[in-house]
Amino acid sequence: MTTPAAALGRQRTPVRPARVLLHVFLVVTSLAWLAPLLWAVLAALRPYSETSTKGYVSWPDKLSLDNFKNAFEQSDMTHYFVNTLIIAVPAVLLTLLLSSMVAFYVSRFDFRLNIFLLLVFTAGNLLPQQVIITPLYRMYLLIDLPGVTASGKLYDSALGLVLIHVAFQSGFCAFVLSNYMRMLPDELTEAALVDGASVWRMYWQIVLPLCKPAMAALATLLSIWIYNDFFWAIVLISTGENMPITSALNNLSGQYFTDPNLVAAGALLTAIPTLIVYFVLQRQFVSGLTLGANKG
Amino acid sequence: MTTTAVAVRRDAVRGLKKRGGVAPPWLFAVPALLVYALIVLYPALSGAGSAFTNWSGVGAERSFVGVDNFKQLFTDNPQFWPAVEHNIIWFVVLILIPTPMGLFLAVQLDKKIRFSRVYQTAFFLPVVVSLAVTGFVWQLVYNPDTGLINSIIGANKPGHYIDWIGDPHLNLWAVLVAASWRHTGYMMILYLAGLKGVDPSLREASALDGANEWQTFKNVIFPTLRPTNTVVLVVTIIEALRAFDLVFVFNKGAQGTELLSILITNNIIGESSRIGYGSAIAVVLLVISLAVIIPYLIATFRKERRA
Repeated sequence: MTTPAAALGRQRTPVRPARVLLHVFLVVTSLAWLAPLLWAVLAALRPYSETSTKGYVSWPDKLSLDNFKNAFEQSDMTHYFVNTLIIAVPAVLLTLLLSSMVAFYVSRFDFRLNIFLLLVFTAGNLLPQQVIITPLYRMYLLIDLPGVTASGKLYDSALGLVLIHVAFQSGFCAFVLSNYMRMLPDELTEAALVDGASVWRMYWQIVLPLCKPAMAALATLLSIWIYNDFFWAIVLISTGENMPITSALNNLSGQYFTDPNLVAAGALLTAIPTLIVYFVLQRQFVSGLTLGANKG
Repeated sequence: MTTTAVAVRRDAVRGLKKRGGVAPPWLFAVPALLVYALIVLYPALSGAGSAFTNWSGVGAERSFVGVDNFKQLFTDNPQFWPAVEHNIIWFVVLILIPTPMGLFLAVQLDKKIRFSRVYQTAFFLPVVVSLAVTGFVWQLVYNPDTGLINSIIGANKPGHYIDWIGDPHLNLWAVLVAASWRHTGYMMILYLAGLKGVDPSLREASALDGANEWQTFKNVIFPTLRPTNTVVLVVTIIEALRAFDLVFVFNKGAQGTELLSILITNNIIGESSRIGYGSAIAVVLLVISLAVIIPYLIATFRKERRA
C-alpha cells in the first residue's frame, strides 16, 4: 500500500497516465476488498463433497445453489426472519414516532432543550452497550409482564428488544430530525396555530409530512442497524427459538460446523436483506449516516 | 424570527391553552424521554452501584463489599490487563491503518473520477454487512484446514498448521485485519462527506499559488477537515471500546483476544455468573468512555452555543 504522500505526489499533474494508474490502483484495491466476500460466495456455491476431496483452492467442477437451499430449510430460517421482522418493524416505527415527537416539541416550542437533548442523547449513543448490559439484564429479569410477553418477563421477549432499540436509537434520530425541522419556515405552524389547529394536527398533518426525506434516510439506517444487531439478542434472549436472524446465526453455525460451505451459505443468506436495502436505498443510507456525523 | 412573529406565536399558544382540553405541547417529549430514562439512564446509574457488591445473579443474596471487586480485578484477574491492552491495541491499529486508508480513498474518489460510485460501493459493502456475518466470512478465510490463506500458502497440512483463530499470538491480529477491513469503508464515507463541504475556491487559490497536490492537501484541505477529524477520532475510540461481535463470533474471546466488552458479557451469560464483578469491569469501561465522550460533548456544546 502506498502512503497518501507518495500517491498524491505521483499525480501532481492531471495527465492521463496518472488517472490510469489511479484506476488500476482502485480496481485492484476494490477487488481485494471484495475478496473475502467473494471467497465466501464461492465456498457456498460448491458442494462439500467436492471441496473436501479437492481442497478449497481448486477449479470448481460443479456450482449449485444447493447449500443455500439446505441452509435455508434445515435451519428453519423463515422462522428467524419472522423473529427479526417482529422486532425490527415496531422498533423502527416507534423510534421514528417518538423521536419525531421530541424533535417537533424541541424545534417548535422549546429550543433551549435542544442542546440538553443533544448532550444526553449523544452520551447515551456513544456509550458502549456493555456498560449498561449488567443492570439492564437484571432489570429485564425483574420486570414481570404476565400475559404480555410469551416469557412473562421483559427478558427473553421481542418487546424487550424493541424497547432497547427504541431507547438507543431515538436520541440520534431526535437530534437529526430537530435540526431538519428547524429549517422548516415558522410561518407554516404559526398559521396553523392561529387557525386554531391543535398541536397534534400541526405535528401530524403539517410538520411530519414535510420531514419525509429525513425520515426515509433514518428508516433505512435504522432498519439495517437493527437487523444487524447481534449483541442485545445474545444477552437478552435466552431461548434459541426467539432469536432474531443475525444472532441466531451463532447457534446455526454451531450446528453445522462440520460443513463450512453450508455455514457460508447460511451467513450469506442473512446478509441478503441488508444488501437489498442498501442497494435500493443507497442514497438514503449514506445521507443518513453522514447526517449525524457532520453535525457533531 | 421577528418579534411580531414571536408575539403571534405566544398568543396563539396561550389561546390554545385557554381553550382547555388540549394537551400541553411538552407532552410530545415525554414518551421518548421516559423510554430513554428507563432503559439507558437508570441502568447506567444503578450499574455503578452493583460494582460494589458480591451479587452473583438474580435471586441471590448480595452484600456490600466495597472496592473488593476492583481490587480483585486489578490484581488477581489474569484476563483484565490483557483485555485493557487489547482494547488499546484495537484503537491504535484502527487509527493508524484503516483511518488514513479511508481518508486516502476518500480523497481519490472525490476527484470526479469515473466509476467513483462503483468503487465506493465495494469499499463500503463491509460496513453494511453485519459484524456477525463479517466474523463468519473471515473465519472462512482463516480456517486452518479449509481457509483461503492456509490453502494458498500450503499451511493446511498436519504439522504445518498456522492456527490464525486459536493461536493467542496471532488471533488478535487476524481479527484486527477483519476489523480494519470494515473500518476503512466507514472512515471513507465520513471523509467523503467532509470533503464535499470543502470550499472549491480554496483548492483553486492554492493551485494558483503554485502548490502541488500534496501541499494543497496538507496545508489547505486537511486543516479544513478538522470537524470531520474530531468525529473520526471519537468514532474510532468508541469502536475500539465497543468491539465485541467480531471477536465473539470469531472465538468467543478466547485467550489472545480478550476484550473488556467480552469479559463483561461472559460474567452474565458465561458459566460463572458474577454480576457484581461484571459490573466492576463495566464501571472501568464507563470511566474510559466518559473520558472520551465528555470532552467531545463540551466541544460540541460550545460550538452549538456559538452557532
